[in-house]
Order: sequence, then C-alpha cells, then structure tokens
Amino acid sequence: MVTQTGTMLSGGVTGGGKPVGARDTRGYRAFTAFNTVGLIVVSLFMLYPFVTVLAQSFSDPGAIKAGMVSFWPVGFNVDTYRAMAQDTMFWTSYRNTIVYTLVGTTIAMVLTTTFAFVISKRHLRGRGVLIGIAVFTMFFNGGLVPNYVLISSLGLKNTMWAVVLPGAVSVFNLLVMKSFFENLPQELEEAAQIDGLGWFGILGRIVLPLSKAVLATMVLFYAVAYWNDWFAAFLYLDKNELFPVTLFMRNLIAGASTTASEGAAAVGSTTQAVSANIQSVTMILILVPIVCVYPFVQRYFVSGVMLGSVKG
Amino acid sequence: MSTTSDRQLSAAAPALDRPTPRPPRADVGRPRPARRSWRLSLRRDWQLYALAVLPVLFLVVFRYVPMLGNVIAFRQFRPGGSIFGEQWVGLRYVDMFIHDPTFWKVFTNTVILGALTLVVCFPLPIVLALLLNEVRKKAFKRTIQSISYLPHFLSLVIVAGMVMQLLSLQGTVNQIIEGLGGEGIPFLQRAEWFRTIYVGSEVWQTVGWGTILYLAALTTVDTSLYEAARIDGANRWRQTWHVTIPGIRPTMITLLILNIGTFLNVGFEKVLLLYNPLTYSTADVISTYLYRVGLVSNNLSYAAAIGLFQACIGLVMVLSANFISRRVVGASLW
Repeated sequence: MVTQTGTMLSGGVTGGGKPVGARDTRGYRAFTAFNTVGLIVVSLFMLYPFVTVLAQSFSDPGAIKAGMVSFWPVGFNVDTYRAMAQDTMFWTSYRNTIVYTLVGTTIAMVLTTTFAFVISKRHLRGRGVLIGIAVFTMFFNGGLVPNYVLISSLGLKNTMWAVVLPGAVSVFNLLVMKSFFENLPQELEEAAQIDGLGWFGILGRIVLPLSKAVLATMVLFYAVAYWNDWFAAFLYLDKNELFPVTLFMRNLIAGASTTASEGAAAVGSTTQAVSANIQSVTMILILVPIVCVYPFVQRYFVSGVMLGSVKG
Repeated sequence: MSTTSDRQLSAAAPALDRPTPRPPRADVGRPRPARRSWRLSLRRDWQLYALAVLPVLFLVVFRYVPMLGNVIAFRQFRPGGSIFGEQWVGLRYVDMFIHDPTFWKVFTNTVILGALTLVVCFPLPIVLALLLNEVRKKAFKRTIQSISYLPHFLSLVIVAGMVMQLLSLQGTVNQIIEGLGGEGIPFLQRAEWFRTIYVGSEVWQTVGWGTILYLAALTTVDTSLYEAARIDGANRWRQTWHVTIPGIRPTMITLLILNIGTFLNVGFEKVLLLYNPLTYSTADVISTYLYRVGLVSNNLSYAAAIGLFQACIGLVMVLSANFISRRVVGASLW
C-alpha cells in the first residue's frame, strides 16, 4: 500500500525535512514552544487512564466510592491485591490465558513459518495460487455466524481449540515473514542444495537460524494477540474454568454495568465501587506482562508495520 | 531486521499506481509441457508442497468453509444439521431484514458511528505526525511516540474497563464536573453520550499508532524541495502546506481508502463491551444486532443474511472509494 522508501525503520525516527541550522523566526520559536507543551499534554492524556487505574488498585474502597481517587492512591493499601491472590477463579483464568497464549503462539508460528517459507520461493510452481489463497482471506471473511456454526459443528465449543485455532494464521504476519525470507541471501540456499540438503533441511538448518529477529517479532505479535483476545472465548466457552483472564475481566465490568443500569445510579454505586477496586487490580495484572515486554518489542512492532504495509 | 526491511521497502516503492505484480505463469496455453514440468517440479519441490499442506488445510477449513457457509443466508438452517443448511428458501431472510425496522435503526446507527469515527480518527494521526515531525529533540520525540503507541497494545476489555472507570459516577470526569459545581452524569447509561464516548476512546487507542506510516512518509520528502520553497520565500507554514502535505498525500489516500472500506465494521467488540440496553438507541450497530439475533436468539440464517449484506456493502464501498480516488486524485490502491 504505502510506497515511500523508508530510511528510519526501527524506531529511530529522525526529524523530517527541515534543515537544521536555518535561523528560526520568532514565530517559529513560539510555535516550537507551543508544540512541545501541546505534545506533553497529549501524552499526559494518553497516560492518565493507566495512572488512575494504578492509583485505584492501591486505594481504599471508601475513597473510590467517595470519588476522591485520581492521580494518587488515597488510603494506600494492598488489601485488594491480597484478596485477589486468594481468588482461585482469577488464577485459573490467568493460567488459562498463559496456556492459550503458549499453545496458540506455537501453532501459529509453525503454520506461519512453514507457509511463509514456501511462498517465498520464487521458482515454485503454483506460488501465485498459494499467495492468492492467503491474501484473499484478508479482504473477505466468513463473518460471525458462519464461523460460529463451523466451530460448533466441529465440536470445538468449550475446548481450548475454539480459542486457539481460528486466529492461527494472520495473513499480515505471513506477508511480513515472506518478505523477510525473500531477502535472505540466495547463495546460502543454493550452496546447501548443492551439498544435498533438501528443503526441510534448508528451512531447519539455514533459514530459521538466520531469522531469529523476525521469528521473535512474530512470536510477540501472536502472543500479544492471544493474550488480549477475549471475544473467541466469549463466543465459544461457557464454562468458568475455561475462561481466559480477559473474559474474567469482561464479566467483572459487565456485572458492574448491569448493576448500575438496573437501578438508579445511586443504588448501584455501592456494588460498583467495590468492584472498581477489584477491576483495577485485575486490569493491572493483565497489563503487567504487556507493559514489561513493551519497551523491548516496540521497535519490532514498528518495523513490522512498515514491512507489512508493503503489499506482498 | 532494519536493513532488510529498508531494502524491501525500496524494492516495492513504486507500487501505488500499478497493479500488484503477478508471478509469471509460464506455459498457460500449452497443456503438455505444462503437465510434464508440473511433474518435474513436484519431484524437485515435493518437500515445499508438503510444508504447505497444513497451512493450506487450515486456511480452507477456518477461512474458506465459513465463506461458503454464508449460503445459509439463503437456506434453512437446522441446529445440529449441515453447516450449509437444509433447503433453499431463496431471499426469504433478505426480505425479512429489509422489512425489519430495527435493522434500519441499527443501520443508521452504524453509518453515523462509522462516519464520526472516520471524520475524527482519520485526520488526527496526520496532525500528530506533523507536530511530531517538527520536534528536533530525538529523545523527546521518541518518548512521546512510545507513550502514544502503548494504548494500541491493550486488550479491548482493558480499554472498556478504563472507559467505565473514568466515566463512572466516582470517576475522574465526574469528579471534574462536580468540582466545577455541576451534577454528576452516569455517562454510560445515557444514549446521547455513547457516540462521544466511543469515538473518544477510539481516538485514545489509535491516534498514536496511526502516526507510524505518516512519520515514515515524512522522512521521504525530498529536502531540496524545502530549500527551493524557502528560496521562493515560503515560510514554514507554507512549506508544510505546499511541500510536506503533498509529500504524504499517497499515504493519506491509501489509508483513507482502507478506512472507508472498513467503515461499516465499526468496532464490534468495543461496542459490545460498552453498550447496554439503556444505550441501544444510539449504540446498537449492525454487528451487535446480528450477534444478538443470531447467537443469542438463535436465528442463524437471518443473522447470516444481515452479515452478508454488511460484507457486500463494505466491498462496494472499498471499490467505489478506490474508483473515485483514481478519477479525482489519480492515486488508488489497485
């Protein structure tokens, strides 16, 4: 799609075309100051929801109910964390999320890597058809009902596979990986072929060891997607003990909104404020792994977007 | 990773106005040598084909079967029966939703919500990218970028949870309103607030991430154009208007076409998380309606018909946006 040559892929976005050293007019200096302040305000807005959730998670329920918590915990305590540590339902779903993420990412990586390797071979007969099969699914998909009917009739409802399988090949990731493989030096593979290595061997012994960076990126892409997913579980799972933690969270907030919507807001507010505490802790615990890996993966995500935006 | 992606990008640089290059298909008109070379390539590349079996099987089962499954929009469906339905009923379900007043209500809601999202969420990343582009301190710029990308990585459940907390009667927004002497508003129970809430949270989640492609496009604007513009006496504002904006126009058009194409798919999951019966009058969109009709009330064929209709409109919109932009601005996706 996007066609410009990129010179700044991995995060290191340098200032645009403005020549450095040209003397600034007073108006421009005023603009720069204004711009800096504006951007700081924007990023504070971006950060604020995280800050307030963190503050609530350490706050006294009474203070939340009184509407006193914003930036800073009021009545600091870790009671909610302690209570959540005892909550077996929460930890069951947390474990489920970890399992789904691990299994899903593994399956997705196997399928994506092998397929990307195959369609990166320019000489392969039928390559166009194979690429077409994948790309077509980007533009048309079956839609909610047919997918639901399929999963039910395969007997996958209330199994892990209903959550793990449908998302297993992302065409976007596939195309990113394909273009990476296409750019590996051909000579290595040719040499390996002359030495009698088949395609299995080339993939396993030559290509994969050379692709650690892109493999890591893809693992993170998939892992984040599985970690964050709630909808597949919401559709296909009815049993509490199978729920991922995102669905656990969803039921917490859905519970809060029904209490509040049933009666007058004043009646509902007690239950809502109690769960606001628990909600915040749950959100923090879901967020922690994402926020921990975020600094390391950010540059890969960015370059992944750039790569993927070039049509396969 | 960055070096290879550089190469990849420059290799694919002039793709916008041209059709996607197809891999050459040799021997199309000549059956016999084709068959022989098929046999040859099977023998030589059987391992490659073997590797492709599993992924292709996956795509067929989980992508193409549901696509065909849409025929239940025209067939009677019995739970537990064939996933392709039992017998043809023609356009009965299409007829049903066309005469369903609720359908037209949610259709209108979808169009309004989609249009608002497009109008607000499309230009803001451009503005933010232009402002970021004026920042000369690298560390500052990178910090702002890191912060603004972060919401993109959150689960929608978390986003919905944050929205609910901020807008609850004890939440920050109502604290401010009450601090200014106003009366607290239960925002999520008020239908008239839903669109604002939806679009606002959408901006929060997408504006930073949306700048990535624009920032990349901005670095490719030819520096000598700025010099030329300055010699011609253009100030910074005019340089931005006459050099920078035209420089990122292809990116803008591409993203606009894509956004228009997904116009009707307004964030189904987010609406599902944020709405409740009190706000249905503004919040209920086609996908949530078909979710309730199909999966909650079990009218699967009816819901499939609505889903198919939505998909068709989406397709028509992409194609026409593409066509119009090719005619009017001379840039298009294909």
